[in-house]
Amino acid sequence: MAGNNPQTLFEKVWAKHIVRPQTEETPAVLYIDLHLVHEVTSPQAFTLLRERGLKVRRPDRTLATMDHSTPTTPRNADGIIPITDPMAAAQLDVMRKNCNDFGIPLYDLGTDKQGIVHVIGPEQGFTQPGMTIVCGDSHTSTHGAFGALAFGIGTSEVAHVLATQCLLQNKPKTMAVRIDGRLHPGITAKDIILAIIAKIGVGGGTGYVLEYMGEAIRNLSMEGRMTVCNMSIEGGARAGMVAPDDTTFNYIAGRPYAPKDADWDKAVAGWRNLPTDEGAVFDHEIVLNADELTPMITYGTNPGMGMSITSRVPDPDKLSDPNEKIALDKALRYMDLQPNQSLLGKPVDVVFVGSCTNSRISDLREAAGLIRGHKVADSVRMLVVPGSQQVKAQAEAEGLHEIFKAAGAEWREAGCSMCIAMNGDQLAPGQYAVSTSNRNFEGRQGKGGRTFLASPLTAVATAVNGVVTDPRAMMEREMA
Amino acid sequence: MEPIKKFTGKTVALPINDIDTDQIIPARYLKVTDKAGLGTALFSDWRYNADGSPKPDFVLNQPEHQGAQVLIGGNNFGCGSSREHAPWALVGAGFQAVISTYFADIFKGNALKNGLLPIVVDAETHRQLISLAEEDPSTQLTVDLQSQTITLPDGRPVMFPIDSFSKYCLLNGVDQLGFLQGLDGQIAEFESENAARVNTVG
Repeated sequence: MAGNNPQTLFEKVWAKHIVRPQTEETPAVLYIDLHLVHEVTSPQAFTLLRERGLKVRRPDRTLATMDHSTPTTPRNADGIIPITDPMAAAQLDVMRKNCNDFGIPLYDLGTDKQGIVHVIGPEQGFTQPGMTIVCGDSHTSTHGAFGALAFGIGTSEVAHVLATQCLLQNKPKTMAVRIDGRLHPGITAKDIILAIIAKIGVGGGTGYVLEYMGEAIRNLSMEGRMTVCNMSIEGGARAGMVAPDDTTFNYIAGRPYAPKDADWDKAVAGWRNLPTDEGAVFDHEIVLNADELTPMITYGTNPGMGMSITSRVPDPDKLSDPNEKIALDKALRYMDLQPNQSLLGKPVDVVFVGSCTNSRISDLREAAGLIRGHKVADSVRMLVVPGSQQVKAQAEAEGLHEIFKAAGAEWREAGCSMCIAMNGDQLAPGQYAVSTSNRNFEGRQGKGGRTFLASPLTAVATAVNGVVTDPRAMMEREMA
Repeated sequence: MEPIKKFTGKTVALPINDIDTDQIIPARYLKVTDKAGLGTALFSDWRYNADGSPKPDFVLNQPEHQGAQVLIGGNNFGCGSSREHAPWALVGAGFQAVISTYFADIFKGNALKNGLLPIVVDAETHRQLISLAEEDPSTQLTVDLQSQTITLPDGRPVMFPIDSFSKYCLLNGVDQLGFLQGLDGQIAEFESENAARVNTVG
C-alpha cells in the first residue's frame, strides 16, 4: 500500500494500536495484544492490583510461565524437577497463586509447555505479525522477528498492562539495519547481531526501533531472525523487527494458536500489507555486508565489546575518547585479558548452549551436528539447556540429547539457566565461559565469572578443544 | 508516591560508562516478591567483598559520601535488563536523582515511575559535575523539577529535559495507572473495533 504516505513496518503496527494519540501533555496510549508474564518481574505488579482492588482486564491476552529462577537439573525418579532454593520456591508459589487468583493461564514448571517466555510465545503460535507484545523482560524484542512490535517493560508497566491492557508510550525513532549479501558457512545469525552491536555500540540504538532488512536477513530462518531481534536491546533498542514474508507464514502455519482455515487466509492477506512501503523514511540507517562477516566473539563486559574471532583484543591506549579508554581498561582488568591478545587458544572452563537467544531446535541441531562423534574436553563443563519442554521433546525425538550426552555434555531441563544465573547454574569466580547467551556483563553468569558471547557453532568448537576455537576450522575438517 | 518538587542533596560520582542493571542490582537479588529492602543490594558486586564486608575503595562506601542523594553516572546509565529492581535499589539507598548524558530507555521509564529523576545533561556539564563531586565530596546540587533546573554550587542553573506527563505525575505524586484506568471507555471502544488476535485461555 505505497500510497501518498509511505510507512515503515513499525509505523503501521504502531498506528494500528493507538487507543489515544500522543499530545503535548500525554504520551500515546498503546493497546497491547499479548502480555507475557514470568515469575521474577510480576509479583510486585500483582500486589499493586490487589492493593487497588483491580482485576486483570484481559486474562485471555495474557500468558504466564516460569523460566528465570527455575532449576534445570534433571527430573528425579518421580518425574519432578527438584527445587532446592527456598526463595525460588516461594517466588514460584507466588506466581501460581497470582495466576490462579487472576485467572491467567500458566505453563507451570514440570508441564509440557513450560519454557523460556520468548521461546514459548512463537512455539505455540501466539506470536504473530502486526501484534503488540510486551513482557517484563528486555529480550521481548525477540518476537519482533515476526513483524510484531515487541518490547520489554518494567514492573510498574506490567501492572498497567494487567489492569488496562494498555501502555503510555512516546513514539520511538526508527533505524533501518540492512545486511546485504550472503553469509559464508560457519557464520550464523548470532554473528550478524554481535557484529551489528559491535558497530553501533551498547547504547547506539537507544530511542530507536530497529528494522532488520536485506538479503542476509531474508535468507535467515525464523529462528535465526529471532536470534537477531533478541539482542536488539543489547544495542540499546527496545525493539527490533523483521518484515513478515513466506518464511514467517510457513513457520506459524499449523501451530496450536495460529489462525486456521478461512481465518488463516484472511490473516496472511493482512500480514502481506505490513512490510515497509517503498519510499518510507527511517530516522537513521546502517549497512553491513554479510560476505565480510566472520565468527564473532566478545572480549569485554558488554555486548558491544565484540570482534571477529580472528582479531585481537583492542588496546585501550589507542582509544581517543577518555571515557571509552577507562571502560575498556576496566573491562580487560575484569576479564584478565591483555591488549592485542588473540582469544583463539584461550582455555575456558564452561560452555553454555542455551538462553532465549540460542536455545531453539535449530540451534540444538546445529550444535549437535558439529559435536557428533566428538568429546567435550576434560577441562570443560558443557551445559545444553533447551529453551522449552517442547524443544526438549523435539530434540529427544531426533536423538540430539544422545549426541550431547555421548560427547559428555549435560542435557538439562528447560529454562534461562546460566544466562542469568538465578537458578544455581552459574560460573565460579574467575571462570571463563563461552556462552550462546546475550549478556557478558560483570557477574552476569555468576559473581566473578567471565563470559565470551558467541554462536552455538563457536561454543561447540570451543567445548571440544577446551580453548576458544574458530568453528570454521572444525567444520572444514568434518567436510574433508 | 510522594510528590517531588525541589530538593538539595549531596552528590557522588560514579563516572563509568554503560553501567548496566546487573551492576546496579545483580540477578541473584531478584528472587524477592516485594520492593522493600533492596537498597543494601545496590551495586552489590562492586560494593562488598566475598565475605560481605564493604570494599573501602568503592566510592559509595566512603564516609564522606554517606547520605548522597544525587548520583552522577557515566554515559548510557542503566543499560541491560528491564528489572525495576534497579530504581527500587537506588531509591532504597536514598537516591532521588541520577545524572548522565543519556539513559537506557527502559531504565529511564522505570526510574520516572518510582520518583527517581533521570537527569540528562550535555557532555561538558557532565564533566564539570563529575569534577565538582570528585574534588569536593560535600558538593550539593539543588534540583528543581518545576523549573527543570539543577543549580550548581556557584549558582549557575542548568536546564534538563523531561516529558511533560512524567513531570506532571512526579510533581503531583500521582501514578500513571490511575490515568490509564480513567480511559476505560476508550479502551473498551478500541477492543470492540479490534477483534482479539489470540486467545490464551481458549
